[in-house]
Amino acid sequence: MAEYDDEPTGSALGFAKGFGLTFSNMFRHVATEQYPFDVKKTAPRYHGRHVLNRHPDGLEKCVGCELCAWACPADAIYVEGGDNTEEERYSPGERYGKVYQINYLRCIFCGLCIEACPTRSLTMSNEYELALDNRQDLIFTKEQLMAPLLPGMEATPHPMRLGDTDTDYYVREKGLGEVGDIQSTANAAAKTHSGRAQAIEVGRHHA
Amino acid sequence: MGLEEKLPDGILLTSVEKLVNWSRKSSLWPVTFGLACCAIEMMTFGAPRYDSGRFGMEVFRPSPRQADLMIVAGRVSQKMAPVVRQIYDQMAEPRWVLAMGVCASSGGMFNNYAVVQGVDHIIPVDMYLPGCPPRPEMLIDAVLKIHAKIMNEPLGPRRKASAPDRQVELIPSSVRYAK
Repeated sequence: MAEYDDEPTGSALGFAKGFGLTFSNMFRHVATEQYPFDVKKTAPRYHGRHVLNRHPDGLEKCVGCELCAWACPADAIYVEGGDNTEEERYSPGERYGKVYQINYLRCIFCGLCIEACPTRSLTMSNEYELALDNRQDLIFTKEQLMAPLLPGMEATPHPMRLGDTDTDYYVREKGLGEVGDIQSTANAAAKTHSGRAQAIEVGRHHA
Repeated sequence: MGLEEKLPDGILLTSVEKLVNWSRKSSLWPVTFGLACCAIEMMTFGAPRYDSGRFGMEVFRPSPRQADLMIVAGRVSQKMAPVVRQIYDQMAEPRWVLAMGVCASSGGMFNNYAVVQGVDHIIPVDMYLPGCPPRPEMLIDAVLKIHAKIMNEPLGPRRKASAPDRQVELIPSSVRYAK
């Protein structure tokens, strides 16, 4: 016990030292977050509730390809595709997502569906307050998942407003192939290499 | 005094009901029931950063007889199912159950023979909380929604018969408690 002899145990000093440490915690910064009253922002890429996006004219981006449902490891997504007609058009091109459901009691918010989506129709929001008291209401349908109509958007179904064909919605490069235009030549070169992905990337910038 | 006979039906007893419900929701002690990774988030919920003590539920009871709320945190295997049921049966009424995370709620991504496909197959669930695992804010949100349900609960069978269908709207907590 010799090594502890210089410790002021048992004395009044030891008492003060011990409780002094406890008391000093009174003045330390409080780490507690006051959640429901003061909500901290999530990280910008937080995986929250899904959103089905729209083109600038209000047409749906979803083409009903079911790649999200295939990618889902928890089988939480159910998609049924439908055919667009000239009278009743929901998305540019041939097909649209007729039925779209996400079961939030299966979804693990991994984001693989977002990676799989070829038109960037499906993205995730930062909303997370999802608790409900029955299982039925936690299967979100297409109406709940669709993004709200922004100014300039029109509720579906309606004809294509941004062009005559669906390519106008995805690839909108002016002067492609003109001699001397370095930018468009680079774009064309990249296109031959990565094809479809590049076309979508360009469409995304224009959207 | 005979005052209570002259009072219109509902005034005296609704106040008692409110007081009882308020005292029940203000110290909703959870039973320690972590089964998997959701339990880690549940521990964070009890730790200083989110501090469940703000809602009077910092004390996790290992004894079910002293607990009011069962947070089933994690996937329930078939072998665990009778244990869950027994602990639920040992809890004194009134009692509430919160299925935390997708595994407890529906089986989640474990759609196989080893995992119970939703803890509501064995015990009644009052609140389903999605997420894998849900962040502590989501758990606080679910707990506050349970508080709203408790405040709406009728006191005794006669009161229940007089107001059979009282639904409570489950508003997101950041909206309900917005400054």
